[in-house]
Amino acid sequence: MWNKDKIRFGMVIDLDKCTGCGACSVACMSENNIGVLHDETDKIRSITWLRVYQIDNGKSFPDTEVAFIPRPCMHCQGGKSGTPGQAFFQEDPLVDAEAHPPCVSVCPATATDYDEETGIVSQIPTRCIGCRYCVAACPYHARYFNWYDVPWPKGTPRALSPFVSPRMRGVVEKCTFCYQRYQRARNKALVDGSEVGEMDYQTACTEACPSGAITFGQLQNPEHKVHKLISSEHTFRLLESLHTDPKVYYMSKREWVRKMADNYVTRHKKLAKAAAGGGH
Amino acid sequence: MRRWFDDLPKYADDQSWHPKGVKRCRPEIFLFWLGLPLTLLGYFTVGAVLCLALGLNQTNMNDYFAFGVWIVVDLAVIALGAGAFFTSFLNYVVGKTELKPIVNAAVLIGFICYVGAILMLGIDIGQPIRGWFGFWHANVHSMLTEVMFCITTYAIVLTIELLPTVLDNKRISRVPEFGTMSHNLHTIMIVFAAAGTFLSFFHQGSLGGMFGVLYARPFAARGGIGIWPWTFFLFIWSAIAAGPSFTTMIVMLTEKISGRKLTTHKVKMLMGKISGSLLVSYMVVKSADTAWWAWVKLPSMGLTMDDMYHNPYGYWLMWFELGLFGWLPALMLLQKKVRESYGLLFLAMLMTCTGVALNRFIFTIQSLALPVLPFEKFYAYLPSWQEWGIASLVLGFGLLVYMLAYRYLPVFPQEPELNDD
Repeated sequence: MWNKDKIRFGMVIDLDKCTGCGACSVACMSENNIGVLHDETDKIRSITWLRVYQIDNGKSFPDTEVAFIPRPCMHCQGGKSGTPGQAFFQEDPLVDAEAHPPCVSVCPATATDYDEETGIVSQIPTRCIGCRYCVAACPYHARYFNWYDVPWPKGTPRALSPFVSPRMRGVVEKCTFCYQRYQRARNKALVDGSEVGEMDYQTACTEACPSGAITFGQLQNPEHKVHKLISSEHTFRLLESLHTDPKVYYMSKREWVRKMADNYVTRHKKLAKAAAGGGH
Repeated sequence: MRRWFDDLPKYADDQSWHPKGVKRCRPEIFLFWLGLPLTLLGYFTVGAVLCLALGLNQTNMNDYFAFGVWIVVDLAVIALGAGAFFTSFLNYVVGKTELKPIVNAAVLIGFICYVGAILMLGIDIGQPIRGWFGFWHANVHSMLTEVMFCITTYAIVLTIELLPTVLDNKRISRVPEFGTMSHNLHTIMIVFAAAGTFLSFFHQGSLGGMFGVLYARPFAARGGIGIWPWTFFLFIWSAIAAGPSFTTMIVMLTEKISGRKLTTHKVKMLMGKISGSLLVSYMVVKSADTAWWAWVKLPSMGLTMDDMYHNPYGYWLMWFELGLFGWLPALMLLQKKVRESYGLLFLAMLMTCTGVALNRFIFTIQSLALPVLPFEKFYAYLPSWQEWGIASLVLGFGLLVYMLAYRYLPVFPQEPELNDD
């Protein structure tokens, strides 16, 4: 699992643009053949690869402010500390730095892996034994166990995407940055004799976001928009202090939103805790 | 000409299977009491069929509590079953032969704990038929891979260690081949005791390591040496401290229930002393680990102790684990007067085992209860009746095997001389 990434795909989500409409979640479910369970109100057992959390600043009307935090898998690199926008560039490419996402090294059956070519954390449901150790390891709750068989209504399997295998009961699944789209783009580039361009590979959630809050691309490629966005002073990642090094970045000009991204042993923490709301 | 079935009536004579020189209750009474483990196993079967047929939605586990009561029970019984490898190690490898009268019981209890845990894990994974993937597609970086390998191999070692006791059964040993085999196994037992110690050492550690390596789960995360987090060493330490206590406690319970003396009190006192000395040293290291975690590790992750404890998983759990069921029994077991008293020795050992089981509960459940994201909710967990059914396997299977072994196998070599039959 030595990290010699040529490409690192990542995402920047502008929380000041996100309206919490949930189009990204719906697009994700459609693209990745995520089924609808009998009881979708049971949110600690239903599957939403890209979940949208609602937070507020904890103040009463008229000072109340609300923000939404879409949360896909963070595709953590792990094992390396750093400040937002800097972490990926601190490494000396000549020195092998070990990629160490919290969930990958724990899997006993190698059913999840860190792709050294793309930086994407993969999941192989057909190899998963369902021990759920990776679910326990992820602090973002981005990994989902199939507690139920999906009750596909009659006829609906014919409408599923042929590029993603539906998962069976008893295995874990998660966001893959729509890896099947990358495979298609790579195949096309191979046939055309070209490179995979920025717009050739975009995730379903990025395309579906009506307000353009989600930007996707190669984090270390200066020609990609995400590369410029992550150097903004308003960019941050969730739970930086745990050194998971996520490849999903967030942006907000509102300080209280940025403070909600991590835990602090300061007065800010009390503010964040007081303002804590639930997901939706 | 003698026919094979001519001997059958002799074999059907229950008493002829009893260990030499001891008395056992009448068969009908024994059969009546077998109803207890069989009822528990029936309860397990209902839970197991439901979980296997309908899925783990039959449990109250969820994506927040990915591990539940099964893992708690697994970790607890594996820790308490450590009496097997540690007593064998002291008896066969170190040469502490004073423990010989209790080593069979320790191996038997260890066998029950490990086999019970493996059977439970078979239900716990979402795809039981793929259980072998952990061996075939083994990820060498995972502590759980190491646990799977060592627990399985150690269960085989325990079976071999238990085999001489089975072969020493009064009737079985009459078959010359079995008698020879038993004798030969006795002479090479040091090899299995050493192998068992090696395997058990690593999987006890890896079970602790499983939690310590969760560097993004602040309740469990720890530093360490190389790839081994401190919890690796703490789990070994606590297991070898509690294991001898659990073995002795079970022997004492058997004595009370059967009304027979099974080992001398001197043996029990020695086990208590071993347990107490190890527990005291464990408590020193565990207290230091807790202090370092609270004052150094947690603040580095932007958290404080107050963030770690929410009702129902409040501070009381920590005080119970470290104080009431940690330091107190440790200090009790160090007192000769406590060890000399049957009741107080039993109490201190019970408290020791409770403390270690509580430690496994805390690492499993509380680690997951803590919402790491500042805007996440806090959840609590209570097992479903199906989960309790699966968990009752260890008790049902354990009681069944233990009752059969006590009745038919020479588990306690001192029993004939200690009782006037």
